[in-house]
Amino acid sequence: MQTAIKKWFPILALPTVVAFSISFLIPFIMGIYLSFCRFKTVKNATWVGFDNYLRAFANKDFINALWFTVKFTVISVITINILAFIFAMILTKSLRGTNVFRTIFFMPNLIGGIVLGYIWLMIINGVLYYFNATITTNATYGFWGLVILTNWQLIGYMMIIYISGIQNISPDLMEAAQIDGANSFQRLIHITIPQVMPSITICLFLTITNSFKMFDQNYALTAGAPGTKTQMLALDIYNTFYGRVGWQGVGQAKAVIFFLFVAAIALTQLFLTRRKEVES
Amino acid sequence: MAEMVKQRKQKSRTPMKGKDWVKFIILIIISIIFIAPIILVLMNSFKGKLYVSNEPFALPNAESFSGLSNYINGIQKINFFSAFFVSLFVTVFSVILIILATSMCAWFITRIKTWYTKLLYVLFAFAMIVPFQMVMYPMSQVANMLSLDNMLGIVIIYLGFGAGLSVFLFAGFVKSVPVEIEEAAMIDGCGPMRTFFLVDFPILRPSAITVAILNAMWIWNDYLLPTLILSNTRTLPMAIQYLRGGYGSIDMAAMMAMLVLAIIPIIIFYFVCQKYIIKGVMAGAVKG
Repeated sequence: MQTAIKKWFPILALPTVVAFSISFLIPFIMGIYLSFCRFKTVKNATWVGFDNYLRAFANKDFINALWFTVKFTVISVITINILAFIFAMILTKSLRGTNVFRTIFFMPNLIGGIVLGYIWLMIINGVLYYFNATITTNATYGFWGLVILTNWQLIGYMMIIYISGIQNISPDLMEAAQIDGANSFQRLIHITIPQVMPSITICLFLTITNSFKMFDQNYALTAGAPGTKTQMLALDIYNTFYGRVGWQGVGQAKAVIFFLFVAAIALTQLFLTRRKEVES
Repeated sequence: MAEMVKQRKQKSRTPMKGKDWVKFIILIIISIIFIAPIILVLMNSFKGKLYVSNEPFALPNAESFSGLSNYINGIQKINFFSAFFVSLFVTVFSVILIILATSMCAWFITRIKTWYTKLLYVLFAFAMIVPFQMVMYPMSQVANMLSLDNMLGIVIIYLGFGAGLSVFLFAGFVKSVPVEIEEAAMIDGCGPMRTFFLVDFPILRPSAITVAILNAMWIWNDYLLPTLILSNTRTLPMAIQYLRGGYGSIDMAAMMAMLVLAIIPIIIFYFVCQKYIIKGVMAGAVKG
């Protein structure tokens, strides 16, 4: 059977492999090489060693974007997960209309980042109008605007994951705890949270990577204004590539650093999940 | 009023207690907060430019009501129907191609066990953690060199980018298909292609729906990739961004109207296949 299937490689696997090479594999290798080069187009690149990396770390916008992204990620991850968990707890009690609520909370997740950005631009500017300001008046407004937007987008999604985790807890466990006299807070700390640990790891991973890699929402809501103060990493890289002539090499170096951050987060996550699996 | 509550209580299977009512009301308030942004967009899409920025929270009245002028204005400015058609074309054809190509590829690399299929599997999994910014510049250059900067070319680019997640998910599902039934089909005279499409593909159908939904949502909403690839046409997210125009000159009234038109298809799609969407997104989440 193996040899029969192997003969069909050109039809079965080749289309995907070719497309994958064109849009991912070759650009990825080129990207690593180009991060060590000075270039305006791909064809005339000259090797400059670690120069681009040094320039990237000396670039104020990049460092600012890094801090902005980290602060934003920490705050959004905490708020999204706490709120999503609370909603999930409420919705797993057999209340009337829970399905309708679930449908409503999940909906914003389907709307694209650009559209989301402009929805909230209108609302936040509408509120700030009463204080004679706009979202670009102050970087703090942009920061909290992005946090609110991301919460609105992701709470429903994370909530669905928490709900399935909570529903998997065996009712016997809860009953036993109740008989032993554990109050609802003790049951939450000692049974619910440890039992939904797999859901918590998935949700943390999704919220961290989503917030860290955010581009569209940032681009539509503040576009980095005022100045470049609300620019996140992805937007800073984009602007380095397409906004400054002669900085493509630095842009690519920033992109490699960005990739290493994301990979580090993903691998840490994988490591933690594996360890959990061994324990249980 | 009290009687009505009583009647309702009797109808429901598990009667709600006082505490549950409080929770129920809290949930309704939260739901209103969740829907409010979309209602606000809808409301403001019927107001004049000035009123959108000065009193966005007021209902349209005789003074601020502008009829359909925002819609007409926006549709003309961004060539809405052309953008809508481009988005639809790219999404539909990319999803069809991704489903066909990656399911076959996943079957191939799961059934054939040699060094290069193992390598491919690792590469597909690896592609999922690489952020788009890492490859966007060289990718746009490669696409340009190969003349893929049009609606058909971008479909191939999407196949390449979608391959990571899609092959990974399909490979997981193929593993659960017993090899014995494939062997039986082959003994009965089916070639590999017929075996895959007549035996495996029907079994993989639910997973194909999952993969289709995940990719459709991504491609329909994608902004940056088409911006870098397409040279003469705009997708819907690109058209909406185009309304921003020069620095600080956003026509928010036309913007609101276009947002309404952009959200309506998503909401219809959501209500038609809600069950699959939530299931699909959950399956996609596990990939981490």
